[in-house]
Amino acid sequence: MVEDRSISGRIYAAINFTLLALIALITVLPFVHVVAGSFTTSAELAAHKFVLIPRIWSWDAYKFIFSTNTIFRAMGVSIGVTLVGTLFSMFITSLMAYGLARRDLDGRNVINFMVVFTMLFTGGMIPTFLVVKELGLINTYASLILPSAISAFNMIILRNFFQNIPEGLEESAKIDGCSDFGILFKIVLPLSMPAIATISLFYAVTYWNTYMSAILYLDDSTKWPIQVLLRQIVVLASGMDHSSTLDGTVPPPDQTIKMAVIVVATLPILMVYPFLQKHFAKGALLGSVKG
Amino acid sequence: MQEVTVQPGAAPPLRLEKKTRSSELKKRLWRNKWLYVMLLPGVLYFIIFKYLPMYGLIISFQNYKPYQGIFGSEWVGFEHFKRLFTEPEFFNILWNTIVLFALNIFIYFPIPIILALMLNELRGNFFKRIFQTLVYLPHFMSWVIIVSISYVMVTMDGGIINELLSYFGFEKINFLLSNGWLRPMYIIQVIWREAGWGTIIYLAAIAAVDPGLYEAARMDGAGRMRQVWHITLPTIRGVIITLFILKIGHVLDLGFEHVYLLLNSMNRQVGEIIDTYVYTAGLRQGQFSYSTAIGFFKSIIGLIMVMLVNRISKKMGEEGVY
Repeated sequence: MVEDRSISGRIYAAINFTLLALIALITVLPFVHVVAGSFTTSAELAAHKFVLIPRIWSWDAYKFIFSTNTIFRAMGVSIGVTLVGTLFSMFITSLMAYGLARRDLDGRNVINFMVVFTMLFTGGMIPTFLVVKELGLINTYASLILPSAISAFNMIILRNFFQNIPEGLEESAKIDGCSDFGILFKIVLPLSMPAIATISLFYAVTYWNTYMSAILYLDDSTKWPIQVLLRQIVVLASGMDHSSTLDGTVPPPDQTIKMAVIVVATLPILMVYPFLQKHFAKGALLGSVKG
Repeated sequence: MQEVTVQPGAAPPLRLEKKTRSSELKKRLWRNKWLYVMLLPGVLYFIIFKYLPMYGLIISFQNYKPYQGIFGSEWVGFEHFKRLFTEPEFFNILWNTIVLFALNIFIYFPIPIILALMLNELRGNFFKRIFQTLVYLPHFMSWVIIVSISYVMVTMDGGIINELLSYFGFEKINFLLSNGWLRPMYIIQVIWREAGWGTIIYLAAIAAVDPGLYEAARMDGAGRMRQVWHITLPTIRGVIITLFILKIGHVLDLGFEHVYLLLNSMNRQVGEIIDTYVYTAGLRQGQFSYSTAIGFFKSIIGLIMVMLVNRISKKMGEEGVY
């Protein structure tokens, strides 16, 4: 917008700027508080309430949570599920998206409808649970991946992206004797790297954040991903809920320990956030192109 | 029939054409065989994990017993649906669901629009980008993290919010274990996590507004507010309506995870919604058929709502979502 240099225009802009700055501050303040709180002692946190910058720095909370292998194990599960899940999801999502992007394919509309319909109507939690159970997936890591392997939304974004690649490229490759798989992996995918990166990151974040599948399909607490463990540790202390974990031997965690676990569970997301940010707006907009 | 017998000569070429068409189709199918191979894993996924569960909805008309299976369980017709509408508990849950939905529509929904408009008024891409970086962040955090952070901040023992309340001479408030605070906490967390991210689509729509329109409006003496009201808002109307339809379609889909994480024995009275009740009744208490009936009811309502709102928006001259 062109700048408005009148006095009222400046006041307007100043108020607007201040409000937005406040909103941004309120949004991130809780994160900063938790990070700061995790790096101090419980005594310090209890004595000087509003810790944004602790006066006493301490690794105690982290030493404590890493003193057993519970956190390591849960982080391992989450990292494994995220890596394997993202690769698997990307593989079958891009195969499907490419097939559906080809306009000359018979039956394409039927399959498209089949996909979109699942966004409007679902069988729901219990029937899905029964299917997962019948397949023998209960208490397996596969139950965290397979039932949500393809996001219809992500598939449609990718399909739309593939559709925008000039058909001439594919045709000339075909004339040169390239197979459909060859075209996908040698021409279409390399040309779609921004979309591939975006969707991979979306999948990775979803897998990292997996919670519901874990509480539905995993009874065995040694297989819990970090999100479930985080929930247990944070809620356990005040005796708000029934179940307890951490091998039952650990005293109820205090505030700093809870904060440290929150930080550990958040860290991987924060680490990929700069990459996410580069792509995500584009990705979210790709999705707004109607299927 | 008459004409065919009158002109017998016309039939053979017609049949021939049909034949070549079907053989052409076969040829096309064969030529594209690898494309179908590519589609196979995806199609299998949707059949197994989306359409089999839809088929599984028939257990809501049975007394499903895990050891008898879908085919061996006794049929009871609409028994579970009848029970649904006679149980006072169900109406309480339905009400809780509707209240949270209303909060989403009336409180959350306008916020990203307002934020996007404000952001659009911001001069200089530098601040814009910093702001976006900060407010998009919570969207990528799981509900577990969002709820956990809230938890450590508002807990009675040492949470910063309660410490501040008592520092300024107020009574401490038990946010986590009270009926009164569940809904405010729910909607605040929704806003915290999603409001920033929700601006993206509106920002894109606003960016498509023709700058000449603003120029012309300014010539006519329109101030900033009037420009927003008469130019920006009308141009993004279509996007607002589309997103509104999508939101309505998820009328009963408030996110199992988020609400489940907020629930405890002290606030269940106002916090139990359809999704969490399906989980409790189905998986905790083993009432598979009854809870499936509840879930079925929810899915049907959702589908009807989307179709309804879609039709209304088309009548109003807007594009629908499908």
